Amino acid sequence: MIAELGHFALILALCMAVVQGVLPLAGSFTRNANWIASGRPAAYGQCVFVAVSFAALTYAFVIDDFSVEYVASNSNTLLPIVYKVSAVWSAHEGSLLLWVLMLGGWGAAVAYFSRNLPDIFAARVLAIMGLVGIGFLLFILLTSNPFARLTLMPAEGRDMNPLLQDPGLAIHPPMLYMGYVGLSVAFSFAIAALIGGRLDSTWARWSRPWTTIAWVFLTIGITLGSWWAYNELGWGGWWFWDPVENASFMPWLIATALIHSLAITEKRGAFKSWTVLLAILGFSLSLLGAFLVRSGVLTSVHAFATDPARGLFILLFLCVVIGGSLALYAWRGPGVSRGGQFHWMSRETLLLGNNLVLVSVTGFVLLGTLAPLIYDALGWGKISVGFPWFNTMFIGFMPFLGILLGAGPVTRWKSDDPVGLLKRLRWAALASLALALLAWLPLYTQASWQVALGIGLSAWIGLATLAGFVRRVRDPRGLVSALRKQSRSYYGMVLAHLGVAAFVLGVTLVSLFGIEKDVGLKPGESVTLAGYEFKFAGVESVRGPNYRAERGSVSVTRDGALVATLHPEKRRYFVQTQPMTEAAIDVGATRDLYVSLGEPLGEGAWSVRVYYKPFVRWIWGGGFLAALGGLLAVSDKRYRLSLRRKIRVKVAGAEVPA
Amino acid sequence: MKRWLPLGIFAVLAVLLGIGLSLDPRKVPSPLIGKSMPAFELAQLHDAERTVSDADLRGEVSVLNVWGTWCAGCRAEHDVLLRLARTGLVRIIGLNWKDDRQAAQQWLRELGNPYALSAFDQDGRVAIDWGVYGAPETFIMDATGIVRYKHIGVLNDELLDQEILPLLKKLKSET
Repeated sequence: MIAELGHFALILALCMAVVQGVLPLAGSFTRNANWIASGRPAAYGQCVFVAVSFAALTYAFVIDDFSVEYVASNSNTLLPIVYKVSAVWSAHEGSLLLWVLMLGGWGAAVAYFSRNLPDIFAARVLAIMGLVGIGFLLFILLTSNPFARLTLMPAEGRDMNPLLQDPGLAIHPPMLYMGYVGLSVAFSFAIAALIGGRLDSTWARWSRPWTTIAWVFLTIGITLGSWWAYNELGWGGWWFWDPVENASFMPWLIATALIHSLAITEKRGAFKSWTVLLAILGFSLSLLGAFLVRSGVLTSVHAFATDPARGLFILLFLCVVIGGSLALYAWRGPGVSRGGQFHWMSRETLLLGNNLVLVSVTGFVLLGTLAPLIYDALGWGKISVGFPWFNTMFIGFMPFLGILLGAGPVTRWKSDDPVGLLKRLRWAALASLALALLAWLPLYTQASWQVALGIGLSAWIGLATLAGFVRRVRDPRGLVSALRKQSRSYYGMVLAHLGVAAFVLGVTLVSLFGIEKDVGLKPGESVTLAGYEFKFAGVESVRGPNYRAERGSVSVTRDGALVATLHPEKRRYFVQTQPMTEAAIDVGATRDLYVSLGEPLGEGAWSVRVYYKPFVRWIWGGGFLAALGGLLAVSDKRYRLSLRRKIRVKVAGAEVPA
Repeated sequence: MKRWLPLGIFAVLAVLLGIGLSLDPRKVPSPLIGKSMPAFELAQLHDAERTVSDADLRGEVSVLNVWGTWCAGCRAEHDVLLRLARTGLVRIIGLNWKDDRQAAQQWLRELGNPYALSAFDQDGRVAIDWGVYGAPETFIMDATGIVRYKHIGVLNDELLDQEILPLLKKLKSET
């Protein structure tokens, strides 16, 4: 009964989405005030009905209702309750429902916070979000109904994929989807502005907080995903250039470019055409990612159970949304921007440079991701694009991005004098060069140009950002008042850029100084790695709620002092019987010690894999720091004030119907 | 003009994605095709005392279907297998893979048994020889025991009518 209720609520949500997508848009042209006003209640209604539907599915999981096929396929009575809830989004149908829930949530949030925007503009934004909602709701209802019943109710469910039974993965998809779907807001703002023919700095200002908050979620989601892969896949990597990872990375790159481009459009009125294109591209790449993951055109460790009908549906949806918005862009997009003249040596130039690098990286990631598909489609055979290709590409672009990133915030808008800029940055430049040279000296066995490059870039980004900060707070009236005078968005920028510096440092050190060893160990034997002695005490059998495990004990000592006792496990889940590796990690700010169990070798001996991972935490630390920076920027009072001021001036800015 | 460029790029991409949909990235041609089937000998599912071996498949056209009660796709294709069995064209041998003997027998009692013989491959060793990397998978062998066809994934009516039945008829006419 509850499942049918959920299904019914989903149908009602679709009806709401149709109202939300059609009436306000039509009303915005015919000036029908009632139709214009229907957008908000419809958005709230859609959100509520999807929430009811989602709650119904969650309930079915919690009470183990195996008559629902989706529950029977992805849960089990022995599953801990936390995972019963996160199992809701552990496969295609439920994750899509989560996606729609978030879309409903964003729609309701826009409806709520857009009360200060001009009515016609807000109506169009809500309508675009409604149209996107129609697409996804139809997709669920037509091809992926999570509430379908089984005629024969199994006594026990087939269990959640054990790979996904991890706390990191319980929160990673919701965060990521919040980001993906959040980009639909920036997209809707852009389309509404294109329809109205008014792309200006107020449009940019309204879009900025929404874009930034979506970017924050995306950043957290990707960071958590990387952290999960490191914990759960048992081979110590943190990024695999897997198609699905790339599918999340591309919208992130574009959203990063968009945040910066919006800043220029708001402050200087320049690059409007470019900014609006980025807003369209960001959400388009989110949709493309959904297509790649759910259509089965690419192989990936993350791919969902696939079905050609679903692929076809999303492809058509992609054509309508992306094709339609790009056609609108071509038709109504602004010409070459006249506003905001600037000198070649200015913050605009540097931001444009960083934008171009980010978009180029996106292009290359897209090419690498789709290359197997393109080759196959053109009949050139089967290829796979691996790690080295992506890494080379990334290392090639990173220096440009890093150098621009360091210099950008210290450069003035409009026009700056190169000598003055050099002067402002000389200490940061000299210090980072010195550090790079120091790292290059053959003091260590692995010294190489990559180490020098990584260390130098990281130092440059960090020091140049700090140099800019120090200049800003050098104030005769005292440090405290100067610190208080800086806006939250400035602090946010500083934090985010320091996050990048930390990330680059972590990546460099862990890639070039990380050590791994595969050894066969009998109980009592030990292996030494980077000065740490790992002593294997043997393996015992333990039982978890829904699995049985072989649990090893490894004590780690350094110079005779105990550092940690680690318990890596090899689990076998009762229902889905493939073995799972649960690595044991001793976490540290400057290094992780990572042990995972391989295969039993007989007579109590096991193959054991040990890693020394210097500064690996800095990778995720950098990600979270950047996300925190984004949050700070969104909380800036400027947005709240400007929104309030907006009400008063909105009459002046009333637009003409297109 | 420049503003049409993104749309143009997307159009090319959409065509490629469309072609991509009709392709299967997992369709790596099986190295077994055109070769003699791997030899095996396994206990029968219904009677651990008796065995099934590759010899049971030789001499006439045969189908080997890899399945397990834990496999969702196997339930989905079960009706198609029953239909194939009812045509009487061919003997289907089931390879019950990494499963529980009781559960598998009960499954066949409840859903119907399309298999002329069922082999019980509990540790999955035979499946490795056959290059199985996920259930369900279906192989077709001609009368001399040469593997002529392999399908990875769920069988459906369309596939049965358009590919499998015509192939079986052709193979039968060869003998």
